Amino acid sequence: MDVVLAIAVGGLYAAGLYMMMRRSIVKLIIGLGLLSHASNLLIFTMGRLIRGRPPLIAPGAEALAEPYADPLPQALILTAIVIGFGVQAFAVVLIKRVYEIVGTDDLDQMKRTDEL
Amino acid sequence: MEGKEAMISLILSTATRYLLPLLLLFSIFVLLRGHNEPGGGFVGGLVASAALALYSIAYGVAAARRMLRIDPRALIGVGLLIAIGSGLLSMARGLPFLTGLWVERELPLLGKVGTPMLFDVGVFLVVIGVVLTIIFALSEE
Amino acid sequence: MNLILGLVLTFLLAALAPRLHALLKETSGWVFAMWPLAWTIVIGSLAQQVIEGDSVYIRYPWMSQLGVNLSLYVDGLSLLFALLISGIGALVLIYSGSYLKRHRYLGRFYLFILLFMGSMLGLVLSGNLISMFVFWELTSLSSYFLIGFDHEREEARRAALQAMVVTGMGGLALLAGLLLLGQAGGTLEIAALLKQGETLRTSPHYLPALALIVIGAFTKSAQVPFHFWLPNAMEAPTPVSAYLHSATMVKAGIYLLARLSPVLGGTAAWQLMVAGGGLVTMVLGAIMALGPSDLKRILAYSTVSTLGTLTFLIGLGTPLAAKAAMALLLAHAMYKGALFLVAGAVDHEIGIRDVRRLGGLGQFMPVTATAAGMAALSMAGLPPSIGFISKELLYEAQLHALHSPTLLAGTGVLASGLLVAVAGIVGLRPFFGHPIHRKRHLHEPPLSLWLGPLLLGGAGIALAIVPEIAASPLISTAVSAVLGKPTVVELRLWHGPNPSLALSALTVIAGAGFYAAQPFLLDIAARAHLKEWMARWGPQRGYERMLQGLNALATAQTRLLQSGFLRFYLMIIVLTTIALVGSTIIIPEPLSRWLSRIVDARPYELIIVVLMGVATLMAVLTSSRLAAVAALGIVGYGVALLYMLFGAPDLAMTQFAVETLTVILLVLVVYRLPRFTRLSGRSARLRDTALALAAGGMMTALMLMVLSAPLKSRLAPFFAANSLTLAKGRNVVNVILVDFRALDTLGEITVLAVAAIGVYALLKLRTE
Repeated sequence: MDVVLAIAVGGLYAAGLYMMMRRSIVKLIIGLGLLSHASNLLIFTMGRLIRGRPPLIAPGAEALAEPYADPLPQALILTAIVIGFGVQAFAVVLIKRVYEIVGTDDLDQMKRTDEL
Repeated sequence: MEGKEAMISLILSTATRYLLPLLLLFSIFVLLRGHNEPGGGFVGGLVASAALALYSIAYGVAAARRMLRIDPRALIGVGLLIAIGSGLLSMARGLPFLTGLWVERELPLLGKVGTPMLFDVGVFLVVIGVVLTIIFALSEE
Repeated sequence: MNLILGLVLTFLLAALAPRLHALLKETSGWVFAMWPLAWTIVIGSLAQQVIEGDSVYIRYPWMSQLGVNLSLYVDGLSLLFALLISGIGALVLIYSGSYLKRHRYLGRFYLFILLFMGSMLGLVLSGNLISMFVFWELTSLSSYFLIGFDHEREEARRAALQAMVVTGMGGLALLAGLLLLGQAGGTLEIAALLKQGETLRTSPHYLPALALIVIGAFTKSAQVPFHFWLPNAMEAPTPVSAYLHSATMVKAGIYLLARLSPVLGGTAAWQLMVAGGGLVTMVLGAIMALGPSDLKRILAYSTVSTLGTLTFLIGLGTPLAAKAAMALLLAHAMYKGALFLVAGAVDHEIGIRDVRRLGGLGQFMPVTATAAGMAALSMAGLPPSIGFISKELLYEAQLHALHSPTLLAGTGVLASGLLVAVAGIVGLRPFFGHPIHRKRHLHEPPLSLWLGPLLLGGAGIALAIVPEIAASPLISTAVSAVLGKPTVVELRLWHGPNPSLALSALTVIAGAGFYAAQPFLLDIAARAHLKEWMARWGPQRGYERMLQGLNALATAQTRLLQSGFLRFYLMIIVLTTIALVGSTIIIPEPLSRWLSRIVDARPYELIIVVLMGVATLMAVLTSSRLAAVAALGIVGYGVALLYMLFGAPDLAMTQFAVETLTVILLVLVVYRLPRFTRLSGRSARLRDTALALAAGGMMTALMLMVLSAPLKSRLAPFFAANSLTLAKGRNVVNVILVDFRALDTLGEITVLAVAAIGVYALLKLRTE
């Protein structure tokens, strides 16, 4: 399964980067979203996949029993998801404001407004 | 906004009215059990803010703000202060910042209570504050 | 410990200097001079202990685990330097208060010069290579400020920048050299390094470390071919030239070489580089000193020559040479400091620095003339001056050198003879002979302007007449430090008739000849177009070409890499990553093994992944914004399901909630955003597709490479074992977030708060 996910992550990266290289700013946002999914999934897969054994200590036990899913990547990803939301919101709002002011969604046009 | 208000279906507004208290209760449940079961401040905060965001779609931002009573921006500050304060408690005991301290006896309903839990409450409030600040500001455009 | 406090207080005083000056006004120079005077007394009180052979060593831990400490090490060498820095510093401060009286930025001047003094003292007192380097750079920085003090003049700014760039590049080389030295010796403490010369000289790091350190020292001490910044630095106010650019800062390179000579010295490479470079500088500097007519530039070139002599002597490394070097160091600081201050006083009174237009000033300013005369005596190496003693020692060292003593002595006589002529030009010509200048109100400059030169010039004589009081003990301890073994030096004015004395006599005759022949020599130089040739091929031209090249390179790479088009930045980043990361990927497993690992996937897992793939394609290909948002949502829910299946319920819940909120967010905004438009042409799309696929393929390959190696996490077992016992929580992920790594989480929620504030500010706070 990890090989399948490796291919999926590669696909997500390719799609995300492709979208980010578009001239339209809205596509940039979609690309950013795809890229953050790809990165989270990458870290998750790198921590190795364990089916159905969440890192929860069973009642009565003192410690986690093998095998268990690695809790550390999970903690990293959890905050990354929430921060990703914050960043995406910021990007969306920034782009919205830029669009309102500049009146174009073409990044090449925006570069020109810079020079005015 | 007038036209949109009219478009909001009766079903959504009715459902939201009954769902909101349930979802809020659920978010607190998720927050409190987070230390031992899946959940915690991040998830709890997201659930609560999703509930309030839904409410703001159904009844408008003004209504949602009245419902919340506190400005979400204030929640961010309060949450951060609680999180930092929970870390300072251990410093008062001469331990490093953010060392966990626990109340010896188990309390009814809450179980073991300690500063990490307080910290999680801070996270919970920050998440609600952040999400709602963004959503409300966008809706009011 | 008190010395460290003293350094801190010096910097504090520097910071407060502008305010203090505003309070003290006219008297500020005298008041500020009290501080270096106090330093002189403190250092002087240490002298007894150091002279008795007991060096002072203080250590204040800074980054101990890296071997970096603020430690102070005071032996004879540091003592001599520290006394010169503080003693001359006091005189220069008194002088400056009057020289720059009513200057708009005099307060600022005090700041810079006190900053310099603290840094220079720190440099010579440092017992750790890194702290020494920090002070070294601080002296370059304060020199930059002081050369560019008259920042409204373009020449001053250019000279300041030039000095900064040249010494700064040398500083970088020095840092690399010092680190190599520390690597080879296993310590950065100078006291410890001094004990392991043998190991260091045989280390493979020796040659590169030596070369780099020599570059650092040569740039700082203006050795050919890095010398050109020093004459240009004469743009600084004259007290700065006297203090930084003749008496102290330019000797930092000499100090460094002398300090490290017990460790690095004695090898053929050392002698070739240090003694050879010094010899060339000595001769060329002296020749170039005959050229200019500006008093300060003449003095600057003669300083270059003397710095060359000092470097040469350190490079030679014999006991005689060390003796000569320390004596010359002392002599030069006295006479050159005095002559610069005299030049400044003359400039201050008459406003002329051109030697061709000065003459007969002695009758109007007898005290200044006396100071100049005494200093010139020392510079020319005539008895009874310390300059005479040091020149005798120089000849003795050259005559006793192991290799080609005759040649060395010959060059010595040539350079010294030229300096005799220069001493005549700057020390005698303006004051004696017919008065050229007929200004009516010519008079002696005020006390504060002649006190410094008179004391320095007088000291050059007094030290020679009674050497046993101060000069001999000071130089003995300094020589002991340079040689790394206790040595007793007895300076004497009269050695009786010996070869050195004969050479001295020859020098005076040659000097008189050069003095008389100077106009003729200049004429020859002019006819040979020497100036034009230097402007075309000299090292200064090289410096200018280098700067032009650097600017051209910066412009070119900015045009290429920073086009202003976001996607080109992205492409460059992606291409670089593919090149750097992709080239390292090796996949050790055969393809068939992967296949087996694809097959182990459960059908429902595969369905989720396939759905995600379809949604991704849809997000990329659709022309509807809403469809793209929905597709992105599907991908997110798919990821959440995967989390759920592989033991991460917390992640799954978070992802579901965030995905819902993202959809709400995008729906709120999406109608106010422009429709998707196809802006790129076909070829651009193909190019981007190829690039994106390459990047994605690289990520897949990278993951496969990592996955084929077993994971040995030491963190996971720790959290697994201690989550409940230490942190009283059964959900390990949550325990990590709120307890083990709570500080990280605190940082992350702060980031979230900042993002929210950003959004709020963008939307609500508008300046219409």
